[in-house]
Amino acid sequence: MAFAIELLIAALLVIGAFFLLVGSIGLAKLPDMMRRLHGPTKATTLGIGAILIASMINAWTVRGFLSLHELLITIFLFLAAPITAYMIAKAHILHDRPTEEALPPTGTGAPWMTLSAPEGESIRDPNRESDRDGDGTTSQRA
Amino acid sequence: MIETAALVCIAAIAVAIGLNVYRLAMGPDILDRVLALDTMVINAIALIVMIGIWYATDVYFEAALLVAMVGFLSTVAFCKFVLRGNVIE
Repeated sequence: MAFAIELLIAALLVIGAFFLLVGSIGLAKLPDMMRRLHGPTKATTLGIGAILIASMINAWTVRGFLSLHELLITIFLFLAAPITAYMIAKAHILHDRPTEEALPPTGTGAPWMTLSAPEGESIRDPNRESDRDGDGTTSQRA
Repeated sequence: MIETAALVCIAAIAVAIGLNVYRLAMGPDILDRVLALDTMVINAIALIVMIGIWYATDVYFEAALLVAMVGFLSTVAFCKFVLRGNVIE
């Protein structure tokens, strides 16, 4: 029984290490920003998740009672990872003009949500030089 | 067996952090660097949890949780800075 639990912990550690390594290899090797964005998600969910479960089981065998507080990190990362990816993708689309112009039509008549701003607001900072609209639409927000 | 698996895991995380440093140095855009730092925070969390397993102590759990929160907030703040030019308006 002890051997089985030890085998389970070791297997979870190796699985977690594999996915962390795969995520970082994806970050280093993939050719452009949007494709690089999805490499580290494997590290965030599967890699950290497997290592934290291994840590939980290990603490159980050491201390004698099972504590679930490692799951807090998992829950927090599961909540935070989509927000992080969304913010980076949005900043990339607005930062990189060729990507913004290469977006396909939405097919609904409405523009892309990422590129639309609330009434009287600008999605870009009006004070920055990188605003290259040229039609003065972003200068209304004084 | 757990010791061997932990050593393999720490070595893999070290290689992963090395690859993140490569992307941090080579990244053509600022957002590549932000993403590399975010992934580096993920790997740092894994490394801290591994230290906790190695020494069989509970202290490093709080450190890992704090690093997770700081990493998330700093990534979001950096993206906000790239988008708007400041963080709090």
